Amino acid sequence: MGNDPEHKPPSAGSPYEPSADKPPGSVEKTAPKSDVTPIPSAVYPPEAAAASRLAAPVREGPVPLDNDTVKRYREKFGPAILQAWMDRKQAILVVAREQLAEICRHSRDEEKFDLLSNLTALDWPRREKRFDVVLELYSFEKNERLRLKASAAADERVPSVQGIWTAANWMEREVYDMFGIVFEGHPDLKRILLPEEWQGHPLRKDYGILAQDMAWVRENLGIESGQ
Amino acid sequence: MADKRNPFATGAESTVLGADEIVLNMGPQHPSTHGVLRVKLRLDGEKVIGSECVIGYLHRGVEKIAEHRTYQQFAPYVDRMDYVAAVSNGLGYCETVEKLLGVEAPLRARVIRVILTELQRIASHLFWLGTHALDIGALTPLFYCLREREEILKIFEKYCGARLTTHAFRIGGLQYEAYDEFEKEVERFCKSFDKRVDEYESLLTQNRIWMGRTKGIGVLTAKEAIDYGATGPVLRASGVPWDIRKAMPYAAYDLYKFEIPTGQNGDTYDRYLVRLEEMRQSRLICLQAIENIPAGRIMARVGKILRPPPGEVYHSIESPKGELGYYIVSDGTVQPYRVRIRPPSLINLGAFEKMIRGHLLADVVAIIGTLDIVLGEVDR
Repeated sequence: MGNDPEHKPPSAGSPYEPSADKPPGSVEKTAPKSDVTPIPSAVYPPEAAAASRLAAPVREGPVPLDNDTVKRYREKFGPAILQAWMDRKQAILVVAREQLAEICRHSRDEEKFDLLSNLTALDWPRREKRFDVVLELYSFEKNERLRLKASAAADERVPSVQGIWTAANWMEREVYDMFGIVFEGHPDLKRILLPEEWQGHPLRKDYGILAQDMAWVRENLGIESGQ
Repeated sequence: MADKRNPFATGAESTVLGADEIVLNMGPQHPSTHGVLRVKLRLDGEKVIGSECVIGYLHRGVEKIAEHRTYQQFAPYVDRMDYVAAVSNGLGYCETVEKLLGVEAPLRARVIRVILTELQRIASHLFWLGTHALDIGALTPLFYCLREREEILKIFEKYCGARLTTHAFRIGGLQYEAYDEFEKEVERFCKSFDKRVDEYESLLTQNRIWMGRTKGIGVLTAKEAIDYGATGPVLRASGVPWDIRKAMPYAAYDLYKFEIPTGQNGDTYDRYLVRLEEMRQSRLICLQAIENIPAGRIMARVGKILRPPPGEVYHSIESPKGELGYYIVSDGTVQPYRVRIRPPSLINLGAFEKMIRGHLLADVVAIIGTLDIVLGEVDR
């Protein structure tokens, strides 16, 4: 089980669709027991989830968000702000990849999100644009967090934000190392945790948990299996 | 001029003495790199004019492992990241999953969590102080620091059976009740600990060699620290009073009074003072907490099988090293879809290159020490 790279089978439709014949409250209990293990489908589903999940009062699921911050972003960047939603009281903005750097610069200078807490990526292999680059911003002044997300296909480059927050330097290298996402404009984009000659990107979903670069291991460590 | 970030590029600043540049490899097997850190240094005589950290020697793919374990199964793995502050790691992970599930641990569990986490902060800072002083050449503090750390580890051992990789917390609360003498032992430790900190101070704070080796070394201004994403004592020593325990209280930190120590100069000496004061503050938090541990359950009602509703959450805690964040995405199954760990050590180490530039070779160990990195966490 563990070494199967496609370990989580695909689901037919969106797993978040509310089932028609059941009251909303029971969705929580029944959904996970279905035969198909759900895998998040195309777009992260604020609308679908808002319809089904929010009906259950116990859980806080994703809800569409339209507060002042989002309005200001929408005013400034218009169509580049693709989606905005709130998940477990955390604000998330989905932005166009091409304008990620501009939006980040604006976030730092105008919205005072001066700390880049975290930069990472997600891999949704079944999606047309399989990667999400996720940035976690923090503002000291407002004591607020904001998450920015931008999608990219496997062959698309993502603008580097290294020039905006130096903290992004190593984190972008790590994302490149683990996911193979290329950051446009990064001054020194190379692997950080794995050896430079390593083949493959381990945090991609199609990279099995037991997989490794056998040729590298054989050559450099002198062992056959690497186990 | 060639790119500044490239340690092998030559530029204007390299011709100060007109001498040949040397590239020196420090580590990965060097006693003062606190693990397996390799630093490539570009030297002009004794002066460091460029550096590059090579990391990954301890990479175990923890984030990949997480995707193939259930939420509970993964909990012990996080203890192996920052192995001198395992309790803090566990707290961050458990709280993040609780947020994802939409449950909250009972107050009693949260208070005991605060006590153990603050003890862990003291233990982590003690270990840092001992080894940092050892690196710089003061052998004595190590013995005193480890003596006190031992008392804390004994409390952990009595509480959960383990000293280092404790796995003290569970998702939803605690597995173990506090043992009979718990409050008394914590109190005994805290009561005596204040004098012990004074003892370390008498060894170091006014020590001329110590001041000479740490004052003005590895200066990071507030702006630079924020730009590099540095958090924890490194950020606070640069004068930014930001502590997640205050800014976004978690566990039961909103119940207790404590101060955020800050420095002014952002140098190695200030970071030393900040951490010493943090130990005192942690002690105060422990004393307040044991005074009134509320009665009640120690475990929230969570199922044996955890299937958090689909969605994502980022939650961070103030670990002894800085902001320890977990970003967990759930797809509704028993295994996390993605766990990203934001390790404070890694991000703080990113500022090393800035801090060392222009200093002497001998300061390299001082700056590595002052960042308080744990390579298990840097590489994960």
